[in-house]
Amino acid sequence: MPIRNKIVALAFGIGMLLLIIEMVRRRKLREEYSWLWLMTGAFILLLALWFDLLKWITHLIGAVVPSSTIFLFAFLFLILISLHFSVVISKLTDRNKELAQKHALLELEFNEFKKGYPPQGTVLS
Amino acid sequence: MGVEIAKTLIIIPAYNEEAKIASVIGGIKEYFSGVGVLVVDDGSNDRTRLQAIEAGAKVISHPFNLGYGTALQTGYKYALIKGYEAIIQIDGDGQHDPSFIPDLFAVIQREEADIAIASRFLETKGIRPESQRYEAPFIRKLGIKFFGTITSLIIRQKITDPTSGYQAMNWRVLEWVSSDKFPCDYPDADVIIMLHRSGFQIREVPVRMFENRDKRSMHSGWKPIYYIFKMFLSIFVTLMRK
Repeated sequence: MPIRNKIVALAFGIGMLLLIIEMVRRRKLREEYSWLWLMTGAFILLLALWFDLLKWITHLIGAVVPSSTIFLFAFLFLILISLHFSVVISKLTDRNKELAQKHALLELEFNEFKKGYPPQGTVLS
Repeated sequence: MGVEIAKTLIIIPAYNEEAKIASVIGGIKEYFSGVGVLVVDDGSNDRTRLQAIEAGAKVISHPFNLGYGTALQTGYKYALIKGYEAIIQIDGDGQHDPSFIPDLFAVIQREEADIAIASRFLETKGIRPESQRYEAPFIRKLGIKFFGTITSLIIRQKITDPTSGYQAMNWRVLEWVSSDKFPCDYPDADVIIMLHRSGFQIREVPVRMFENRDKRSMHSGWKPIYYIFKMFLSIFVTLMRK
């Protein structure tokens, strides 16, 4: 791999890893959401340093130039991370609904309790 | 001058422990009477809550499962709000022997340390040899030893059981763990390192723990791999802070 490409790829990979770790350090990014980013950064570094691996994968997937492989992986990564976000958002949506409903039910129960109405059933099991 | 039992709270995080929770609470009351007991029901879908109430504990129920660390922290926040001066945390599955609660409490009461951690791997006299052996799966034992060694090297103090959730702490540590600094997923060796760097005194206390013969969902599937990743990352960024 031409030396210029290698330097750019290395800089990009290392920069990405440092950025993610710094965001975790500053508590802006939770560890549980950082693993996919860190794995990707590590993979970029691996490909940049081990050109034969990149050539092998290029051949494996039937591409002609190694840059196609890089683009493919970048694309795959973006799909994966988007999918990951969709899964996380789905879970958060479910929990948000749960929480909102419980809150509303408790609020009514609480107001009735304040007014001294006899309790007829409770939202707690 | 020291902490009174009346100002101490026992926190029991529990997730679907309807079979064991009553006996855990009973055991606590037997060895340490007069203390408040709080069960944090982490979104159980069995009768954990009812069993705990019947056994005489206060119960906080999460609306859904949030995880062991978060359940602990809910307990911490409750203790802080209510003005408790010390807490002891013990698992709800019966793995932790409540007869050692007085030992843990004594460390805090005598102000020998800010946090006392029960270790099943400490050699000691006075505990029957056959009850000392804790049979954990080999890989898990290896993992505990590994992270114990790393922790010991970093804080320059011998830690033999970094994953032990059987602990006692004073109100100063209580304030810290109630904050955002507390890592809610898998609070472990990284918490010990963070506490040490925040200037708290840590002491290990030898105890006996029981085997849990049921499979625990906390250690299944991909979780061990994520756990190792998370511990390394968490310890690494902790060393980078301050």
